[in-house]
Amino acid sequence: MALNAEESGRFAAVLTDGAEKVTQRWTEAVAGSLRGRLSQAELRRQIEELHRALLTVGEQGPLDLDAEHAAELRAVLGELSRDRARQGFSATETAISVFALKDVLLEVLEARGGEGTLRDYVAFSGLIDQMGLFTFESYVRTRESLIADQAEQLLELSTPVVKLWEGVVAVPLVGTLDSARAQVVMERLLQTLVDTSSPYAIIDITGVPAVDTQVAQHILKTVVAARLMGADCIISGIRPQIAQTIVALGIEFGDIATKASLADALRHVLRLTGVETARRPRRES
Amino acid sequence: MTAGIDLGQPQVQAIRSDEDVVRVRQLVRTAAVAAKLSLVDQTKVVTAASELARNTLVYGGGGSVEVATVDNGLRRGVRIVFADSGPGIADLELAFTDGYTTGSGLGLGLSGARRLVDEFAIDTGADRGTRVTVVKWAR
Repeated sequence: MALNAEESGRFAAVLTDGAEKVTQRWTEAVAGSLRGRLSQAELRRQIEELHRALLTVGEQGPLDLDAEHAAELRAVLGELSRDRARQGFSATETAISVFALKDVLLEVLEARGGEGTLRDYVAFSGLIDQMGLFTFESYVRTRESLIADQAEQLLELSTPVVKLWEGVVAVPLVGTLDSARAQVVMERLLQTLVDTSSPYAIIDITGVPAVDTQVAQHILKTVVAARLMGADCIISGIRPQIAQTIVALGIEFGDIATKASLADALRHVLRLTGVETARRPRRES
Repeated sequence: MTAGIDLGQPQVQAIRSDEDVVRVRQLVRTAAVAAKLSLVDQTKVVTAASELARNTLVYGGGGSVEVATVDNGLRRGVRIVFADSGPGIADLELAFTDGYTTGSGLGLGLSGARRLVDEFAIDTGADRGTRVTVVKWAR
């Protein structure tokens, strides 16, 4: 809701008259809700910045958050919500920084008295509500981008390809294997096969809670891709319940070697490559 | 269908995205643990739910799932109902053929899910979407 020129003028007047007092009361009102989790000086600086931005808009034209000359006010509000979101404040605690201005305005307007106080207050409130909603939206956007970043980081984190032995790489899969992760796993594995020129790859699914047809399909595709590059794949970590489920589903792994544990898979590969794994007799010392 | 009586309020979950399929799995796993299913049966029913939830999403265009713990007087179990208002399944016999798919999967989801559970009922039609009810009893 935009204020007309007259209302804007009165709004600016309220903010300028005793500007010191307004920012002081505003800061106090916000500080109460944040319970000392933000330093007084920092909060004071933010409030003064907001106050200044509001006045600047008022000077340049009618107070309207959507207007072109209000770009700076929007920027200040956006920055405030971003800071709050990153520091872990709740949405309410963020919006209150703006809404607290209403209490201050009511105080000042009441002290002044006179005709049209109520009308002015309602008009000012409309503008502040709009500012509050804008803050809220920026806050949500920031949080969403934080979540998207974390999801991406998680994807990176959860798909390591490790070198187990000379010529043997392993992918320990943990959690849900959806299409996005399957793609990352395949890319990483194929690249590591080239980089380490390994002829063997072990895909360990001990950490995958349920193997359904989609997961199986992703694994099969990865195995086929690795084979095209001349590498042999072994699937390990097939627990009893997974084995029974796979049989009931009717998934066939064909001639792909599967093992119950990663240790079995490694022993299998070492045997294929001709590495002797004999238990050495304990030496008496 | 010998569904037995419900224990507690059934849990409802919408299926609109891949993340929802993960939520359905978690919901079913929690219910299966509550019904004291063995680890093998838990895995089977969770896998069946995963298949059917994905079918609801991919072929039914999304829908909802209802998970309940049931008791037939002798045993406890988990009953899961998947419902969508998609195009329905034209040829049920063909749909239950191993390896048959209209999509890009392995064509084992529907038939595999039927083998993974104890009771399986399907109600489908072009005008009323598809409704699949499965029950897995504790042994």
